Amino acid sequence: MSKSSMPKSVTSKTAQSVASDLNPPNIDLACENICKQFAGFTAVDNVSFTIPQGSFFSILGPSGCGKTTLLRMLAGFEHPSSGDIVIKGQSMLGVQPNKRPVNMVFQHLALFPTMNIEQNIGYGLRRLGVAKPEIVQRVAAVLARVGLAGSGNKEVGQLSGGQRQRIALARCLVLNPTLLLLDEPLGALDLKLREHMKIELKQLQKEFGTTFVYITHDQSEALVMSDQIAVMNQGKFEQVGTPHQLYYQPRTAFVAGFVGDSNRWQGVVDSSSDQYLSIKTSDGLSIKGAPQNAAILSSGEAVELFVRPEAINVSREPQAAVSDNQFKCIVDTILFDGAKSQIIAIEEQSGGKITVILPQTADFYDLKKSDDLYLQWTAGQALCFSVDNLAIESADETHSVSEG
Amino acid sequence: MSAVTVAKKIRLGLWLLLAPLFLWLVLLIILPHFELLAFSLIDPEDQGFTFEFYLEFFQEPLYWRTFLRTAVMSILATILTLVIAFPVAFYIAKMLRGRSKGIVFAMCLIPFWVSELVRTFGWMILLRESGVISNFLQWSGLASGPVELLYTDATIMLGLVYTSMLFMVVPLVSTLDSLDDSYIEAGYDLGGSNWDVMREIIIPHAVPGIVSGCIIVFMLSLGNYLTPVLLGGKDSLWFTEQIYTQFITRFNWEQGSAFGLLLLLLSSLIVWAGLKATGQSFTKTMG
Amino acid sequence: MIPSIKQSKIFNRLYISYLVWFFVFLAAPLIVVGVFAFNDSLFPSFPWQGGTLDWFFSDSGKKIGIFHDSELLGSIGLSIMIAFMATFFAVLVACSNAFLFERYDFPGKSLLYVLMLLPLVIPGVLLGVSILVFSSEIANYFEDYWMIDLEFLRPGITLVVIGQFAFITTISTLIIAARLRKFDRTLEEAALNLGASPFVAVLTITIPYLKPAIIGAAIVCFLMSFENFNTTFMLVGSDAPLTVAMFERLREGSTPVLNAISVLLMLGSGLLAIANISLQKKQQ
Repeated sequence: MSKSSMPKSVTSKTAQSVASDLNPPNIDLACENICKQFAGFTAVDNVSFTIPQGSFFSILGPSGCGKTTLLRMLAGFEHPSSGDIVIKGQSMLGVQPNKRPVNMVFQHLALFPTMNIEQNIGYGLRRLGVAKPEIVQRVAAVLARVGLAGSGNKEVGQLSGGQRQRIALARCLVLNPTLLLLDEPLGALDLKLREHMKIELKQLQKEFGTTFVYITHDQSEALVMSDQIAVMNQGKFEQVGTPHQLYYQPRTAFVAGFVGDSNRWQGVVDSSSDQYLSIKTSDGLSIKGAPQNAAILSSGEAVELFVRPEAINVSREPQAAVSDNQFKCIVDTILFDGAKSQIIAIEEQSGGKITVILPQTADFYDLKKSDDLYLQWTAGQALCFSVDNLAIESADETHSVSEG
Repeated sequence: MSAVTVAKKIRLGLWLLLAPLFLWLVLLIILPHFELLAFSLIDPEDQGFTFEFYLEFFQEPLYWRTFLRTAVMSILATILTLVIAFPVAFYIAKMLRGRSKGIVFAMCLIPFWVSELVRTFGWMILLRESGVISNFLQWSGLASGPVELLYTDATIMLGLVYTSMLFMVVPLVSTLDSLDDSYIEAGYDLGGSNWDVMREIIIPHAVPGIVSGCIIVFMLSLGNYLTPVLLGGKDSLWFTEQIYTQFITRFNWEQGSAFGLLLLLLSSLIVWAGLKATGQSFTKTMG
Repeated sequence: MIPSIKQSKIFNRLYISYLVWFFVFLAAPLIVVGVFAFNDSLFPSFPWQGGTLDWFFSDSGKKIGIFHDSELLGSIGLSIMIAFMATFFAVLVACSNAFLFERYDFPGKSLLYVLMLLPLVIPGVLLGVSILVFSSEIANYFEDYWMIDLEFLRPGITLVVIGQFAFITTISTLIIAARLRKFDRTLEEAALNLGASPFVAVLTITIPYLKPAIIGAAIVCFLMSFENFNTTFMLVGSDAPLTVAMFERLREGSTPVLNAISVLLMLGSGLLAIANISLQKKQQ
């Protein structure tokens, strides 16, 4: 942020006004070096980011990565050990949860069981002392916008999971918050409804134009809905970027492994050239890959290698135009799952395993165990990350397909 | 800084909530019992320390015999109540479903919403010489003259069991309810007989309920006053009556205090022994 | 022994007949008490002299009905007053206790919890006499040293309320704390998040959630107070609440007016019981 580049002599007040001059006023949330220590461990470790107005920002990470703590700090239920949370130019330090321009959709929605829908949605307005007729009118309006007009008199128990979801959103949106926080609200839904709600959430966000901060461990939710995603691991942001960037240009091994599926190998650099690295994996495959870290990798260095199953070309005959990598394999197992079916193939010479997507073309219809298979991919699709030696020694699995 | 104010508010809330609890427990439970202890150990004449009121208890056979009798009959009443209540609780918890379960359970409970005095009065009408059962026996020819069924130890026992039944049924039903049917089915499936399943699956699971039911029934029997006085008549000897006599009739508060503490000591000992023997904790069984 | 395990016919018949006898045993005393309230006789016993409502409504002669028995009516009023006061304070303190035990951690908490449970296992007679002794000591002290006569610490209505409060508070604490334990605290966070202050959040979310338990506890407390004998008996002064008045009459030799009053009690308790049960159902 430009604020950090301000000269020290400028007082904070002018700094803020200058900052808002320089900064277009469309930054809704800025977190600056937030840390949160609990007794004995650091839940959030020096995290900084900004969210522009009207965007859908997701924080994606495995359970226990600190994303919930971060969200609760934004809502005011936890207090950062150090750092600052700035919403619309106002520091939120010392501001009670009920005084923040922030609303939250809770993991289990937290709809009040003692109230009907109308009372639930009107709760925040009543706290603001809004006049009764206006409450009625605003509640009706927001109900209509989420597509549940006329259900104000229903009890919470009478609604379906998806409807409750929308009520929880409406309860927040009726207050026109600067920031809407969502704590894995889709987690409790069944698969079909979840797929449906992903699209609906995204649409509602666009319609209302509210800034959403969404936390989830489900990469698909994050990829489908977000404008920006922060991948979080062990209290730190590994990478912040668009879904496209995270998928195609992961900056760390963790992101590569966490976002999307990958064939994952441990290996050492055999030789390096301008275009690619030659890597010998621990199960004996020789693969050409592209280095992702800025550091130059030299021979003998330990690396981790990621190749997405869907990036691998599969054919039953050897391809004439030879790719950077081509392996002759035999089919070991077919994991049939409709469009998401996978083949686990074994490379003929080394015995190394490679997982690929089973193409649903006529060619592969009668594919069976022990059939021959040729796999090809370019060096650019094999992402190499350097690892310290410790990590490679402790890793007991040499090859695995990681699923985010 | 905000964390500090929050912590301060929390501490203030804690003290505000602790105050009524403290006042209640200290003023109404703890200090009164210490006062009782002081009364029982201090000679009212010269304000000196004395054991005479405890010695009096051991020297007067009427007192310690009543004490023992009260304890033994209370234990007996507890066992009887358990034996009678268990099949009923089992039926409600395991054999009945849905609506009929609720109704039968409520039928068990409703009599106990009525005052103990009314229930005891009912037994008096049933059992006395001119009572319903005596009349029935004469009418049916089983007895030639009026039969007096009141004023025996068996009558007291009947009254005690009746009075405490609810407090055994409720904890038993709730623990048995929490036993999943599949455990019982597995017990049979693996070759167990009725008796095996009862002994190795159902009863071990029901122990917490049995213990808490027994504790409450025992305490209620031990501390009962109405039943022994009304059903047991003039010669019935119950330790609470002795306490009442010392306090209210004879106005001998020192002796009464000693009796009270002995009763408390006895009940604590037996409850403690019961908990130890079954490996249960007081807080879990009561709370 | 569960429905999916078939038992022999004999076993089932024996089991059912046992249950029938059990319920006869439970109901018998209540039924006879009720029936003899309508016997046109001076004693609640056979022979049956024909039905009458005299024991409810008669206002003259040997048979004074309950609605004209000013002594018993007065004691009913007194019992109701005592029960209201004891219940009010017990539920108030119980709510505070519930929040304390469910929401706070502090040193000595488990010890306090055990102390809180103790009134359940202290015989009522003993609780009565200990409070009697303690309050009398305080009253004596004030009389001797300060020349102040603290009448309310002498046996009487106030002391009865205090004595009953001492043990029904435990019961209502258990009922309300059990409900509070099931409360999802994110609901309070949601309220804060929607702009409520912590106090308003408790008032608008938590208390309405606890309401069924609070009403249930109040019903139970009211009945326990109204029907209490042991503790009350030790602490009464000259005015006798209903249970004590009935006890005195029983010892004198009873007339069916006691049956009549028992019928009224059964009706009252029955209504409260049904109210409570339907409340519990609604709660689920």
